[in-house]
Amino acid sequence: MGRFDWLSEYLARLEDEHVLVRRGSAQKLAPAHVLEIDAEDWGRAARQASLMEYRWCGLWGDENAGQIRVYACLENDGDYLVLQTAVATDMPVLPSHVPSYPIADRPERHAQDMLGLVFSDSPDERRWIRHQAWPESSYPLRRNFSLPEQAASQPAPADGDYPFRAIRGEGVCEIPVGPVHAGIIEPGHFRFNVVGEEILSLEQHLGYVHKGIEKAAVGRSPEELVRLAGRVSGDSSVAHAWAACQALERASGCYPGARDVELRGLFCERERVANHLGDIGAICNDVGFAFALYQCSRLREDWLRRNRELFGHRLLMDLLVPGGVTRDLDSAGVESLKQDHQRLRQETDELFDILLDQPSLEDRLLNTGVLRPATAKALGCTGYVGKASGQGFDLRISNPYPPYAQLPMTGVCLSEGDVMARVQVRMEEIRHSLAWMDQLLERFSPGESSRDWRIPDGPCEGLGLVEGWRGEIITYVRLDASGRVARFFPRDPSWHSWPALERIVMGNIVPDFPVCNKSVNGSYSGQDL
Amino acid sequence: MFRILRKTLGIGVVTEQDPAATDEALESLGIEVKRLVEARFNGSLAIREVDAGSCNGCELEIHAMNNPYHDVERFGIHFVASPRHADVLLVTGPVSRHMETALLRTWEATPAPKWVIACGDCACDGGIFGQDNYASCGGVEAVLPVDLRISGCPPAPLELLAGLRALIQAS
Ligand code: SF4
Repeated sequence: MGRFDWLSEYLARLEDEHVLVRRGSAQKLAPAHVLEIDAEDWGRAARQASLMEYRWCGLWGDENAGQIRVYACLENDGDYLVLQTAVATDMPVLPSHVPSYPIADRPERHAQDMLGLVFSDSPDERRWIRHQAWPESSYPLRRNFSLPEQAASQPAPADGDYPFRAIRGEGVCEIPVGPVHAGIIEPGHFRFNVVGEEILSLEQHLGYVHKGIEKAAVGRSPEELVRLAGRVSGDSSVAHAWAACQALERASGCYPGARDVELRGLFCERERVANHLGDIGAICNDVGFAFALYQCSRLREDWLRRNRELFGHRLLMDLLVPGGVTRDLDSAGVESLKQDHQRLRQETDELFDILLDQPSLEDRLLNTGVLRPATAKALGCTGYVGKASGQGFDLRISNPYPPYAQLPMTGVCLSEGDVMARVQVRMEEIRHSLAWMDQLLERFSPGESSRDWRIPDGPCEGLGLVEGWRGEIITYVRLDASGRVARFFPRDPSWHSWPALERIVMGNIVPDFPVCNKSVNGSYSGQDL
Repeated sequence: MFRILRKTLGIGVVTEQDPAATDEALESLGIEVKRLVEARFNGSLAIREVDAGSCNGCELEIHAMNNPYHDVERFGIHFVASPRHADVLLVTGPVSRHMETALLRTWEATPAPKWVIACGDCACDGGIFGQDNYASCGGVEAVLPVDLRISGCPPAPLELLAGLRALIQAS
């Protein structure tokens, strides 16, 4: 099947609905197709897309010259479609996508807090990312934003009056948790409603690590932007930096050479393996199986040390730059990596065998924290959360970019949707990554990196689409006429896995919350921005 | 069960066996830390880690202090769940404005004498997120008195341990 076979049908449906498509461009945000529509048609366009079962993947706005342009990203069959519209900054009203796509709720509230967009028929007007750090009527992503003196000089008060949805009934208790958690993890607030040990509902209140990444990016150079993108979520440094690079490279038309993208692929898979190892150990440890934690964290440490030896940074930060990479790999390095892979393959084969054969682990992980495939689909989950619940989407396979376009990656898809399935997806992905990296190293011939990057001549925009270890990352970048960043929006897959966690824990017992949470492992920083 | 035992015995104690130079550094550093902890903290130094807005990179390396290679608990250093049990707050991130009050309350809940370590470039001075940022305070010192800064983005486990030693020596 060719790309975008489905687009004509969508356009026909829009026409039937009298939704006027002003312009469609296949170049502007390639590989995504852009459709420009009127603001009043915004809701209806989403409705048709949801009837066609397109996946809703994200929303962002961009204020410039008296208007806010709004983008919504959809995906079908591995192809991306970006709906675009514009509203006046002084009258920024738009129909909501939430009636068609409930998952649009938090992204819309984020846009509301950051840009002052008003979604006229949104069922949920509560603020999301804005707690108390800046006044209600000022919007950080607008050009004219400045924090009032008195707001900046006092500590921002705690957000104690957030209107959680209350559940009442006999025997129902509310358990508040956070923002400071008991372990070495990121901060966020959880509100449980329980009867006895059973969780009736969970509502999350995030935004605690909101550190203004989108605004901090504005005015930086492309190189500085990529460094910043590598800190959107510290465990996905390579993937986010790669997505930012892709967006910049597509905007400027300067593409990296084959060797550079091969190295990027290698770094990204190394990041995946390291994180999966860490997670598998931590999940097992959460149900009291410390053996797995020690073994996995030992293997992870070996892996990180090798990162430092070969590439100069344990977490592979700052290896990507616009147009290429900063580190090369010589033939001795290639050989040592091959041996590493061989060793890790042996160790993990043996270790995973032991783990999958433990009745005590099985007892705690099987049927715990189930995310049904239909729910995963409705929420648009990708990565291991989606793959464990029947959603096999993987950008490396569904819409492969170099080097995956030249060297195919194997996918994995299970349907049980429980904690065990999410562990198994991670195990499989480690195997596949190792095999893929071995093939890559086979064809990897030391040579010159062909970095050729220049700042584009005029204003431009681009979209980055990368499969990180957590799932699909979508990054939008716009540069102004002087080649400085005017807008940066990184959409981490966590936007979709956090709402999934709320569904996953329902009906489970409170003591199983940590393991459910760890199996999803949403990024706070990547979502809070 | 046998397989677990076999695996455990087969791997042995990596903490001592790894020949890498970094581990020698860890050993000497660790032993010194242990001596200091014994002398000044009656054998145990309790750390409460607080993520006040980090990208989570620093947390990954703090976790790594507990892996079998580093295993900081053998030096008497352990991470606790509550600030009420802590001697030290190990704070990461540029301190987001949304975490400011929570961090202050955590500090107030920590019994004196207490020490604050700013862990990572962000915690030291705002790092890559900058000081001129509506959403971040630009470093821990803007909120709490800081006793020690450990720079790095993120600092490696060994650098963290060296930092701890410096704190204990100075206190
Ligand atoms: S110092 Fe670096 S690793 Fe640590 S929180 Fe800041 S950006 Fe992340």
